[in-house]
Amino acid sequence: MSIAFGIAHVYGDNVDTDRIIPGKYTKTLDLSDLAQHVLEDLDPEFSSRVRPGDILVAGDNFGAGSSREQAPLAIKAAGVSAVVANYFARIFYRNAINIGLPVVEVGRHEIQTGHEVEVDLNKGLVIDHTTDRVYPATQMPQVMVQILQAGGLVNYLREHGDYV
Amino acid sequence: MNQTVAEKIISAHAGRAVTAGEIAVVDVDGVMATDATAPLAIQAFEKMNGRQLWDPERVSLVIDHATPAPNERISNLHKLMRDFSQRMGGHFYDVGEGICHQLMVENGHVKPGDIFVGADSHTPTYGALNAFAIGVGSTDLAAVLLTGKIWLKVPETIRIELRGEFPKGVTAKDLILFLVGQLSISGATYKAVEYTGPALQNLSLASRMTIANMSAEMGAKSGLVDPTGLTLPYDFSPTFPDDGARYSRHIQFDVSSLQPQVAVPHSPDKVRPIGEVVGRSIDQAFIGSCTNARLEDLHMAARILKGKSIHPNVRLIVAPASKRVFDEALGDGTAAILSEAGATFITSGCGPCVGTHQGIPGDGEVVISSTNRNFQGRMGNRNASIYLGSPAVVAASALRGEITDPVELLVDLEIAWELL
Repeated sequence: MSIAFGIAHVYGDNVDTDRIIPGKYTKTLDLSDLAQHVLEDLDPEFSSRVRPGDILVAGDNFGAGSSREQAPLAIKAAGVSAVVANYFARIFYRNAINIGLPVVEVGRHEIQTGHEVEVDLNKGLVIDHTTDRVYPATQMPQVMVQILQAGGLVNYLREHGDYV
Repeated sequence: MNQTVAEKIISAHAGRAVTAGEIAVVDVDGVMATDATAPLAIQAFEKMNGRQLWDPERVSLVIDHATPAPNERISNLHKLMRDFSQRMGGHFYDVGEGICHQLMVENGHVKPGDIFVGADSHTPTYGALNAFAIGVGSTDLAAVLLTGKIWLKVPETIRIELRGEFPKGVTAKDLILFLVGQLSISGATYKAVEYTGPALQNLSLASRMTIANMSAEMGAKSGLVDPTGLTLPYDFSPTFPDDGARYSRHIQFDVSSLQPQVAVPHSPDKVRPIGEVVGRSIDQAFIGSCTNARLEDLHMAARILKGKSIHPNVRLIVAPASKRVFDEALGDGTAAILSEAGATFITSGCGPCVGTHQGIPGDGEVVISSTNRNFQGRMGNRNASIYLGSPAVVAASALRGEITDPVELLVDLEIAWELL
């Protein structure tokens, strides 16, 4: 699996899906619409500041609330290469893996906005190159690893036709 | 092996006995998606080379999140759903028929002991029926449409035991708001919750749905209400946990001393007893959503508003849980009582709760709402403040123009009745 390397954008606990992408923008199949409004109610400048490859970093329970897959899709469409959090809300966690957006749980961390961060999915590590701190990632269930390796659940089922 | 309800239901669908922490691939009894999630699911299903639904009889699509369509973009998404449904079969609920979760229960698409997968986070509502019901996103849903299966991590369970009797004017909504406040918005993340105890035995199906529904606000995977006292229009065999089943946490609470509860901006776990917020001026009151828009909720509002007029500075919006609920409210006079008091009825659906359309508050405005989430921007405007309460709290607040404890109003009503 891949290695992501980028600048961290750090937010706090309980960032809910209404703040990741408000419900009024979710009724679309156009991913660029989603990217334009990502995190709008939390940080109105985010969509203009984010650069391809950047890494979103958060505290506890990132992605709480709605089942909208538009939340991880909006983050991915904005160019974010991985999301690191203490832990994720369960539907968001599944959705992100299913659409091929790497999400990594690290327990507590001290990453700050602007730090250069690397996410190594093969080794299961998050490395803060600004402080040289290394955070081991929580082990994902094997089925999720396989789905992520396939690039998402669509590709996984195209390959296998069923859960294997 | 001594199992929780979640472990029992998942074991029955996995073909082997499982315990918390294991990964299981299970057969699914039913699935549902809405206009917020079905278009992406249809797209993913087609990309998976899906040619036909694994079992059309077990599939429901519902147009409820933006209904009737507020603009051409959304009407084209609705059209995509109608076309898919016509080609593939399955149950289809079009504009105005109701909110997905209400329709699944009303129409018997989910039954006790089922595993049900819904592309909506409030799918745990069917835990009121003793079903293991989980919310997922669109791609997981598409995979069920294709395979009839889903992979699950068997959750640990929190057991909440409830004693005592509800005081007058205090409802299932007040209880679940209180519990969300106690456990917090992440208190049950990755877990199931079992609600049990004598306080629940006399609750209606509607009230049980309100409790199971807001399990989602604790982050729970599923919320299961003890089926003792549950009556359904068909025979069913209830699932109870084994003695000695292992729980990650036990909570006990006596509801006898519970006051009406209100969640204050901007999170459903910021819950206060109503005494701390009475007098807060409001601009809009909303009775609706999968949490609280059933007939008993409209009855409660009608008891408070009968023969009265809402405050002149407040608009009261009502979206019944389904067309059937609306028809019943028309038939028994409830709708007339609310309309005469100044309520505006809108199409049954999710619009105002999720900020899609119909009832978006203005900058600086305050809303009291019978819904389930009050995150910033939830109702469509980040500069508005949303308070969550029971339909009784919403109706009483609409009457006074400020957040009002319904208990005192209901006591006054009883005195008035006794004098007649």
